[in-house]
Amino acid sequence: MTWVNAVIQGILLGGLYALFGCGLSLMFGVMRIVNLAHGDLALLGAFLTLSISTGLGVSPFVALLIVLPLMGVVGYVLQRGILERALRRGGELAPLLATFGLAIVIGNGLLEIYSPDTRSLDAGALETSSWRITDQIAIPVLSFLIFIVAILVLGGLELFLKRTPLGQAMRATADDAETAELVGIDARAVYAYATAIAVSTAALAGVAFAMRSTFDPTIGPARLIFGFEAVVIGGIGSLWGTLLGGVALGVAQTVGAEIDPSWSILAGHFLFLAVLAFRGGFFALREVRA
Amino acid sequence: MSILALERLEVRHGLLSAVRDLDLELAEGETLALVGANGAGKSSLLRTIAGAHRPASGKVIYEGRDISRVSGHKRVPMGIALVPEGRRLFPSLTVEENLLVAGRNGRQGPWNVDAVIDAFPMLRERRRSRAQNLSGGEQQATAIGRALMTNPRLLLLDEVSLGLAPVAVEDVYRSLRQVIAGGTTVILVEQDLARALDVATRVVCMLEGRAVLAAAAKDVTREIVTDAYFGTPQAGGARP
Repeated sequence: MTWVNAVIQGILLGGLYALFGCGLSLMFGVMRIVNLAHGDLALLGAFLTLSISTGLGVSPFVALLIVLPLMGVVGYVLQRGILERALRRGGELAPLLATFGLAIVIGNGLLEIYSPDTRSLDAGALETSSWRITDQIAIPVLSFLIFIVAILVLGGLELFLKRTPLGQAMRATADDAETAELVGIDARAVYAYATAIAVSTAALAGVAFAMRSTFDPTIGPARLIFGFEAVVIGGIGSLWGTLLGGVALGVAQTVGAEIDPSWSILAGHFLFLAVLAFRGGFFALREVRA
Repeated sequence: MSILALERLEVRHGLLSAVRDLDLELAEGETLALVGANGAGKSSLLRTIAGAHRPASGKVIYEGRDISRVSGHKRVPMGIALVPEGRRLFPSLTVEENLLVAGRNGRQGPWNVDAVIDAFPMLRERRRSRAQNLSGGEQQATAIGRALMTNPRLLLLDEVSLGLAPVAVEDVYRSLRQVIAGGTTVILVEQDLARALDVATRVVCMLEGRAVLAAAAKDVTREIVTDAYFGTPQAGGARP
């Protein structure tokens, strides 16, 4: 029964990883930018939420209503101000270095402002409540909620890309930016909106993480890695793949921890390496055909 | 007033001059066939008019306004549309989506998804297919339809019959005649000289970036164009 429990916890944890991964997937899918600052942007979202909720004395959920649009603006400005210039130089290296630098700036900035103290976001009674299924299986309400949010965000993004004019323009630009310009799409504006959405989802993931566990200004890069692994395991460019990849990574970690607590992270990395070596991602075939 | 005027236009790819010192004026409703060997600068010229490429010097004047520095996506609502060489559809989008993403940014006018499908009936069945799964003829029809969706005043067509079966070329040209009859100004790059002369009112032949021949289509013979095409008077026909 403890195994079943481990798998359930792993699936729920996977939702969080998918939430981290979807912004990475979007930015890579649309602009071919590997955003190394994604984890630190998520952390910035968590710290902003902390400041706003303690400053105004409101719940972190209320603070999110301010933080998500705000981080969207941060993403928009980031694309227009920095990444666009890096992209103009051509190649993949300039944007990669730009986001690497940004990660360091954000991480150290947070360290400067908030000190290295460990913090947590108070999600109230949600943090401790759970549904008890059997003696050994309990579903934590907060984890379940995060999982549902992840599905809603990924599903919402999928619908947005399929159905809305901006989403269709985003897919067209992802396919061929130069031709998108020739049919009247302002590719640079589309890029900025894509980054705005990606950074917003990063902040949401950061807050979800901060409610689940403690955080400090140094954990950004580790979040980035898990988000990446979710994207790569699921197959780059597929949002539902990212959810599946996140779940696979989460289950590998919790089941690994069940075998031996020190194996938790290692098991996840092994899964990642195995997928890289043998398949190139669950949904990679679709990508090759495209 | 001319719809398009090029003044001393110079287009470069790095150190290579693709278009040199080109002057050209086009009246509304004209159909210009642009002929010339591969590498003569035809595609570079069309891409520069559409805004995909910035000229090194000279001016692109559209409806009396210098648009040389206007970015490509802003030229679409002004009424300029390019059907690029190699079609360049958005492969992961459906036929309908390919049409719609363009249509939203264009001018008001008679063209919409239904009108395009009426003009290219072969697309009716393929409306919801991804562009990557289409045949060459269907892809070309979608590419032209995508340009038409923006209701262009000036339509630029780059090698629309390249790689198509003869019957598909026939379909494409039938629809093209409709468009021309509707009053749209067209610049056409075409390797098939007979076809080009058939639809065009005027011919410009390019050689190494320069316009070496410019004449009314009815005044030129295949031999005159062929001589200009190769740069030396010689017997024999143009390449198909």
